Amino acid sequence: MTRDRFERGLLRVLRPLVIAFLFLITAFPFFYMVMLSVRDIQELILEPGSLWPRSFTLDTYVNVLTRQGFLTFLGNSAIIAVSSVAVTLLISIPGAYAVARLRFFGRRQVHFLFLAVYLFPAIVLAIPLFVLFTMIGLRGSLIGLILVYIAQTVPVTVYMLRNYFETVPQSVEEAAAIDGCTRLSTIWRVVLPLSKPALMATGLYAFMIAWNEFLFALLFLVERRESWTVSLGLSQLAGSIEIPTTVLMAGSVVLTLPIVIVFFASERLLTEGLTAGAEKG
Amino acid sequence: MTATARRPQAPQHRRPPRRGRTLREQEGRAGLALISPTLIITLVVVVLPLLWAIMLAFQDARLINIRRVGVFGHYTLENFTYVMSEPGFWSSLVNTLVYTVAGTALSIAIGLVTALALRDRFRGRTLVRASILIPYVAPVVAVAFLWETMLNPQYGIVNTWLSEPIAFLTQARGEFLGLQVPVALLTVIAFEAWRYFPFAFLFILARLQALPAELDEAAVVDGATPTQRFRYVIMPQLWRIIALLSVLRFVFTFTKFDDVYLLTGGGAGTEVVSVRVYNFLTSRDDIGASAAQAIVLAVFLVVFLVIYLRFFAGGERDDQR
Repeated sequence: MTRDRFERGLLRVLRPLVIAFLFLITAFPFFYMVMLSVRDIQELILEPGSLWPRSFTLDTYVNVLTRQGFLTFLGNSAIIAVSSVAVTLLISIPGAYAVARLRFFGRRQVHFLFLAVYLFPAIVLAIPLFVLFTMIGLRGSLIGLILVYIAQTVPVTVYMLRNYFETVPQSVEEAAAIDGCTRLSTIWRVVLPLSKPALMATGLYAFMIAWNEFLFALLFLVERRESWTVSLGLSQLAGSIEIPTTVLMAGSVVLTLPIVIVFFASERLLTEGLTAGAEKG
Repeated sequence: MTATARRPQAPQHRRPPRRGRTLREQEGRAGLALISPTLIITLVVVVLPLLWAIMLAFQDARLINIRRVGVFGHYTLENFTYVMSEPGFWSSLVNTLVYTVAGTALSIAIGLVTALALRDRFRGRTLVRASILIPYVAPVVAVAFLWETMLNPQYGIVNTWLSEPIAFLTQARGEFLGLQVPVALLTVIAFEAWRYFPFAFLFILARLQALPAELDEAAVVDGATPTQRFRYVIMPQLWRIIALLSVLRFVFTFTKFDDVYLLTGGGAGTEVVSVRVYNFLTSRDDIGASAAQAIVLAVFLVVFLVIYLRFFAGGERDDQR
């Protein structure tokens, strides 16, 4: 048997094993999460090893959404995520266009600044922002949090959009200019319609950051329960003994499901936008 | 300059530029106007706070006296000497480094294996791929809580498979095959690798799919075995993306807060610097010391980056167009 045939044979056996293993370690925890969320806590304590519940219950979801206030938390998370996306796009579209098309003073420096912000440790920023928000009384308000998320996502979204805007043929824009479009209306009528996939990708990226973020939410909102996000709510309630684990698992499902749905609805766009944006950085 | 000199010859525009500005000047102004919202928000929410953090690190600032600490307050190195002599600081720095290096290396290695395994089509690839991306997409709070539950010594599923329960997240040391191992630290590293290998996978797969197929085919014709093709054809083309991933993952993991905080709260030998920073800030209300630690962390990060770029990025410059 030659080395080539041996290796090919080995790989033919190994590859499915590796794939099965990877599938197991990623899918199983989430399967476990869902299974735990639909069973009774007594049953879990008695038979921790069983995966399939004897009886399914949705009481856990009713409990977590109404009694534990996750409906409010969902509302807060939605407000934060949607406004972050809207403002991020509003700010980064002109910015990305400028970087992609216009020669202006300091264009290179802007580039460096954005890379630095992208890599910048959040824990360093957390301190002055915590102090500032305490001083001006913005702690507990969602606006401060939205501002932070926008600042954290804008550099990346400018980057992602810029890469896309550069692929829009300049001649189309020139034609629009000759037809009497101003710069802004050229962006609005020509560049944006051609860049829908990139806009989707950047919007989703901003949504993911805002929905999943934890540190700043913890720092700014922890004292006001009615403004907790879902992430914060789950982390704060996870420590308490009164709420059964199964109920909190239902909370985890509630927290995870929206972002997973949004992600898979548009996965290809998002991954292309992200990897293309970062590789050139 | 040249644009101004050429102005008299410039063709008459349909709409003459206001106040006699050249097209080039107009473009520059438009560019600055369009970029300014982005600049203002990064300036206000990132750059200015950073400067303020540096100032706070050199002042005796606590939450009680914060209003009295001004720009012209008195500056001192006390925070730094205090922070560095405090027990636990250096061990947390070592923890951070171990956690970061191991987490980065593991997530990239697993990501590479995953990308190679999922490169060719097979039935169910979309499903497997989707499943692999979930740990990365899911909110950190949910997955950390999920791991906590799975590893719980009383009712966690993992411990029901073991002969005797292990307190993965609360036990600092344990014995494994006669060796002393840091149980909790290894667990948070495993979590890090599990959560971020999809990130490496995405980047490496994107690069793999952009590789020209002819090279690989030529190697097959030349009789190269799969490992030889991997070693001599595929890997040389992946080094750049792997180097980039190492930097990105290192930077993000080194200053990461939420993963360790949520899993162990910094207990059982897993305290990393960012968690210390948080504790100094919120439970001790010591802003100055907290800022000083954050700055030390950032400085170490920059030092590592500079060393890295010196030694590893030098050879890359030629293949960058």
